[in-house]
Amino acid sequence: MSYLVEMKGIEKRFPGVHALKNVRFDLRPGEVHALMGENGAGKSTLMKIMSGIYARDGGEMFVDGNPVTPDGPRAAQDLGIGIIHQELSLMNDLTAAQNVLIGREPRKRLGRLDEPELNRQTAEIFASLNLDMDPRTLVSTQTIARQQLIEIAKALSYNPRVLIMDEPTAALNDAEITELFKVIEKLRSEGVGIVYISHRMDEIKRIANRVTILRDGAYIETVEAADTPLSKIIQLMVGREVTQKAPTIPDTSQSPVALEVRNLSRGKEVRGVSFDVRKGEILGFAGLMGAGRTEVARIIFGADPRDEGEILVAGQPIDIRTPHAAVEAGIGYLSEDRKHFGLAVDMTVRANVAMAHMEEFTNRAGVLNEAAMKETAIGYISQLGIRTPSDMQAVRLLSGGNQQKVVIAKWLLRDCDVLIFDEPTRGIDIGAKSEIYALLEDLAAQGRAIIVISSELPEVMRLSHRIAVMCEGRLTGILPGGEDTTQEQIMELATQRDSALRVAEDVL
Amino acid sequence: MTTTTVDAPKSTLSRIIAAGTHQRVLAFASLIVLLIGFSIASPNFMQTSNMLAILQATSVNGVLAIAVTLVIITGGIDLSVGTMMTFCAVITGVVLTYAGMPLAFGVVAAVITGAACGACSGTFVAKMAIPPFIATLGMMLILKGLSLVISGTRPIYFNDTPGFSEISRGSLIGDFIPSLPIPNGVLILFIVAAVTAYILNRTVLGRYCFALGSNEESVRLSGVNTDRWKIAIYALAGSIVGIAGLLIASRLNSAQPALGLGYELEAIAAVVIGGTSLSGGRGSILGSLIGALIMAVLTNGLRVLSVAQEWQTVVTGAIIILAVYADMMRRNKKS
Repeated sequence: MSYLVEMKGIEKRFPGVHALKNVRFDLRPGEVHALMGENGAGKSTLMKIMSGIYARDGGEMFVDGNPVTPDGPRAAQDLGIGIIHQELSLMNDLTAAQNVLIGREPRKRLGRLDEPELNRQTAEIFASLNLDMDPRTLVSTQTIARQQLIEIAKALSYNPRVLIMDEPTAALNDAEITELFKVIEKLRSEGVGIVYISHRMDEIKRIANRVTILRDGAYIETVEAADTPLSKIIQLMVGREVTQKAPTIPDTSQSPVALEVRNLSRGKEVRGVSFDVRKGEILGFAGLMGAGRTEVARIIFGADPRDEGEILVAGQPIDIRTPHAAVEAGIGYLSEDRKHFGLAVDMTVRANVAMAHMEEFTNRAGVLNEAAMKETAIGYISQLGIRTPSDMQAVRLLSGGNQQKVVIAKWLLRDCDVLIFDEPTRGIDIGAKSEIYALLEDLAAQGRAIIVISSELPEVMRLSHRIAVMCEGRLTGILPGGEDTTQEQIMELATQRDSALRVAEDVL
Repeated sequence: MTTTTVDAPKSTLSRIIAAGTHQRVLAFASLIVLLIGFSIASPNFMQTSNMLAILQATSVNGVLAIAVTLVIITGGIDLSVGTMMTFCAVITGVVLTYAGMPLAFGVVAAVITGAACGACSGTFVAKMAIPPFIATLGMMLILKGLSLVISGTRPIYFNDTPGFSEISRGSLIGDFIPSLPIPNGVLILFIVAAVTAYILNRTVLGRYCFALGSNEESVRLSGVNTDRWKIAIYALAGSIVGIAGLLIASRLNSAQPALGLGYELEAIAAVVIGGTSLSGGRGSILGSLIGALIMAVLTNGLRVLSVAQEWQTVVTGAIIILAVYADMMRRNKKS
């Protein structure tokens, strides 16, 4: 069997992370090869190497049996490898056509653009996608789903022989997904090889021929999609987690409610979300990307305005409109992007810990009390087991897990009763993960209410006393934690789309 | 997928005008209001000679604003345009007065010097990844210093080059239509504006200006050599600055090496008033032109009304803040 693309022994290291370890992958013409794995398993990194965005540190890559080393997106395009990125990478201020053919604009002499030809070519591509859109439409006026379709049109415009799709359906509705699958079928029949990355299990069964599973940067197995049950694929993906014990769930039914949220709404992102969390309880939030979990957290924390809804802290309705007000009310939010929002990475551990509560460390003249700051920082370093040579180490030199602990220390110092953790272990090694888990359990045991948002199901199941599941801005259900709840039950709620709901109502 | 498309097919012209029009309409309306207001307040304002004075006063700042618009649309900034303008004028002085070459050489020297300076800034920004603010701040000081060194801190006069002062002060149009003595400086401003607007909206270079300002990483991932285009855009902006250098040298009939600082901020102010977004991706030459006109009308009108010059500066500052605030309000409402 000849391969379109073959990759062997691929190695990739980033500072502090061994992202890919001896990974192999191959792709035949006319097949859809799904690449599966949890977040951080290395799927996107592998595909960025294939498409020339990252250089590999080791291993070999062949196209049509010839060794190649694409040294940029252009080189990969010349080899016939196209990619649709996970994050939208469109230029919002340009039109659809200008985006689709960026870098290959039809030109007249002297670098003048042939705009009518540009629009005509794009209209053709749109037509082949059954996409009804004026090529002259400004991208910024389009919904995320339609922007995604523009992105797909852009990738197809290169007439690729290999097309990598990184979560192409994350923002699409059912009709649009069906349309996309038709396009994929058509490409497959034309002999194009497609690499398909998705977290949606049902899609894998619908379109994939083969499935390769990665876990923690390592190659696990390649299986035939048709005769492998989903449960087997999930088991391969989560590996280590299968044997992990479920949490012992304390009885918190008598504890006072720390935070209650009623009918929280904001545009289409958050629709009528209500829940409560008690002192000493860990409430997990599961859902697919874009389900609205982070948006809920940001509203509760006052970082985004809400259209509707009430927030009650310890039974008292509180009008939270700014993060400052949330902190005053005893709510802390640890954002998923530590580097951007949580930490001043160039400053020391001591300065970062003290940052959230400066007034405690300043005298009346506004002069900082370094001695008190040092004492506090060293206290947290030993309490949380932060591995750092001293409290004067710059935070950026710490590992991801230890950076996360510094963020936690910041919020502990503020003495928050409700702590919201958004993807607390993203980009953190497995060993450090279990330390963070233990820390969260300790915090709950001390009587704090903990909300954990995580895209990794095993993590949610490992930690949560109750599991709230969201889909498309709605809270589709709250499941009990512990061994009785299965991944399948959570996935069912996480994919319970509007249309599915409507069908269910019709049946009832 | 039968969602109706947002904008119905329109003529190309109307779409060019439509792109980000709100701020420009606002700017244009403000300009009209200012003109009417000053006319009512003083009969001396709406005189042909005064209108021509306003246009003449706009020419240098207008050309600089056009240059800096290109860079700002890419998401960058150019703080060096003021001293670069002076540097180009000084080089022209060297070519014409010191070396005694013919007029055309001086003109070409100014434009090439500007392009070379711009290419330097562009290289610092693109290849060395220095933030545009810092790279052009450095260039601003380097060029200021070089102007003083080359000229020996003394003005270079163009008395030996007959016709040099005609570049700005003569009137080609007036030669043909005596009743319309529009100075050449103003004519050059409008020609530069028209050509640059064409480049911005109809050529690959212009397309990459907007694309870079909109999402640079995406352009790079599309396989475009972003570094090269960025350098080209800074160089084009520099060559336009060279034209501004000619205009100011011609108007003063000399290259004044100590001049230049402060012009860059006036130019950026005109761009901002004209609705070009400092975060890149959006903007227009027409807007910057209107912005420069608003500033000139304000200065002139307040002077006609005998308001102290100090207050004119205060008013200009307030206008900048109002213009940007209006733009922010509109954008927030939309999102």
